[in-house]
Amino acid sequence: MMKMRKFDNKLGNRHRNQIEGSGTFASAILLKHDDPSTIKMRTSTKKYLLLRLLKYVLLDILKNRMVLFYTLFLLATSFGLFSMSGDPTKGIASLLNIVLLVSPLLSLIFSTIYFYNSYEFIELLSAQPIQRKTILYSQYWGLCISLIVALVIGLGIPLLLFAPGKAALSLLIVSCGLTMAFVSLALLAALLTRDKARGIGLSLLLWFYFTFIYDALMLMIMFAYIDYPMETLTLTMISLNPIDLARVIVLLQLDVSALMGYTGAMLQDLFSSGKGVLLASGVMLIWILAPLRLAIKLFNKRDL
Amino acid sequence: MRYPYSILVIILFVSFKLNAAVLTCGNKTNYPSIQNAINAAVPYDTIEVQPGHYKQGNLLITKPISMFAKGLVILDGDFKCEIITIKSNHVLIRGFSIKNSSNLSSIDIAGIKVLACKDVTIENNNVEKCSFGIYLSNTNHCKVKNNLISGNVLAETNIGNGIHCWKADSNSIENNEVTNHRDGIYFEFVTNSKINKNISHQNLRYGLHFMFSHTNIYTNNKFSNNGAGVAVMYSHHVTMKNNLFDYNWGASAYGLLLKEINDSEISGNIFTYNSAAIYMEGSNRVNMTSNVFSNNGWALRIQSSCVDNVIERNNFIGNTFDVSTNGETQLSNFNSNYWDKYEGYDLNRDGQGDVPYRPVSLFSVIVEQLPPSLLLLRSFMVYLLDKSEKIIPSLTPEYLIDHKPVIKMIALENLPLANSNTNKK
Repeated sequence: MMKMRKFDNKLGNRHRNQIEGSGTFASAILLKHDDPSTIKMRTSTKKYLLLRLLKYVLLDILKNRMVLFYTLFLLATSFGLFSMSGDPTKGIASLLNIVLLVSPLLSLIFSTIYFYNSYEFIELLSAQPIQRKTILYSQYWGLCISLIVALVIGLGIPLLLFAPGKAALSLLIVSCGLTMAFVSLALLAALLTRDKARGIGLSLLLWFYFTFIYDALMLMIMFAYIDYPMETLTLTMISLNPIDLARVIVLLQLDVSALMGYTGAMLQDLFSSGKGVLLASGVMLIWILAPLRLAIKLFNKRDL
Repeated sequence: MRYPYSILVIILFVSFKLNAAVLTCGNKTNYPSIQNAINAAVPYDTIEVQPGHYKQGNLLITKPISMFAKGLVILDGDFKCEIITIKSNHVLIRGFSIKNSSNLSSIDIAGIKVLACKDVTIENNNVEKCSFGIYLSNTNHCKVKNNLISGNVLAETNIGNGIHCWKADSNSIENNEVTNHRDGIYFEFVTNSKINKNISHQNLRYGLHFMFSHTNIYTNNKFSNNGAGVAVMYSHHVTMKNNLFDYNWGASAYGLLLKEINDSEISGNIFTYNSAAIYMEGSNRVNMTSNVFSNNGWALRIQSSCVDNVIERNNFIGNTFDVSTNGETQLSNFNSNYWDKYEGYDLNRDGQGDVPYRPVSLFSVIVEQLPPSLLLLRSFMVYLLDKSEKIIPSLTPEYLIDHKPVIKMIALENLPLANSNTNKK
């Protein structure tokens, strides 16, 4: 950990040098002690700023070897699974299990740790005339883009090679969606507590809840209300967990024969038309946006 | 030699009755009305109908004659009547295009109806938008061959069956295609009949539906995309071989529903993309061998009321659930099947797994009790549940077990329909 922090301090220094050296910031630096909100910037500059910051974040993440390991892990697992089971559908099914387990976990933990580690850099940036929203967005997009690139390489290439098709595409898209949702949840968790250990603990708890506890609870509730019509309840419960949502989207491609055997008319209608996928994608989008908005709100109010 | 039998019959007729005449019907002939020609004919005459669109109401055939269409002959009922009614033995109807029968809920109206007779051959006809397509009632030794039968999709409420047989013996239904009817092929009290190479698809209810029909043989048929699949009930000594059942989707759609089917054989069939490939209830002594179950929701739903069935040398590939059942007792024998979900090993390399396989997973038991939990499929929690159940089985039926699962997929020959195109939904 110490090593990591040192590394980050170094990085922070480097960033500072780079920022001071760049022309855009030169004038801004002079206004360092002014209230950032009094400075009005044109939108184009804002966008430019976001891209600029994104570049630093991305470069920083690239230097961190975690994402590289993640990519290699995904590549190894998917190649292994596909070459082990001759049937591509079976490969996708096992891969679905792994992706649903690993990608939320990694997104949560990595993002939380990264956020805490770049806290000093964030503090430094906050001293600049940059909107806080922009700072957080740069962190968010930096994390998302790097993790999604890892997914596309680690998962996309084997899927394309061994099992190209609708199921593979939905698996890839769904895992990207999951990553985005869980990165925003991680930022939220990291902003809820100041303590790094607590923050990581919180995100671990979130993962545990969404992966294990939630489904068990759901099964329990279903058994409790076994005599009642449960379509709306089941759908609502599925929507309240991004991992379940992701799973159902892939199931619609993978196990449609079984899902069509379900008795409920409403679900039947959802499954047989494209409505199911559309609805699930919409709810997934909410899962990406809502925690992020909340995190931004918290970050704006925060006394750094 | 596409129609050896009918040609033989004609030759026989000709040789027995050398004075058999050929009567030609059509606008510019002696018989503009087909019914007049039929009335004028003596038994074993031949009637040839010139191409044209005939709206001449019901044709009643009461003597043994052969009717041929010379080109495109459309017999149009104009939604007012039944089109051909046959009440005589030894009638041959060939090559007509029969259209638009009336549609009554009180009487069964058909495109071609055969009543209480034998040795009637109906072939190469195109029956379109009729209430019932071809209706055989109390008939023996009849042949229905190479017909294309399609119903009126819009008349959902009171549409009849494509090929309907009631109280019949030794009929042969071959090479027909039936679509958009209530039941594609419907049998009641039919015995010793052969149903071969038919295609029954997109029917509103069942592709094939039979009851109390014993000792019939179904081979090389294709049943796909029907509202509720195929349902066969209350029969014994049924043989079903090399058929294809696919894309029968829905809560109560089954590739093949067996209800009180006894002493029967189901082998060499392919079941693919069905919600439930086979659903068995109260069926005893059924031999299920060398079938392929692939990509179904449930490959086999076998209720506890089934006794002494043998499920042997089948391939179970890519099904969501292999077997599910509704109770603890299970009195059927599973033996030497290939299960793609089998995770055992084969140390002595005899091709059979050393660890028995339990095809019923805990989750399938849960789903049986609590259908909405199906949405938890492939969740990690479910995976854990299944794994723990595999290690210490407690909730899944104890005797539903394959003691010698086969390690490698069983190479099955004689699956003629494996490569044929299917109608995807």
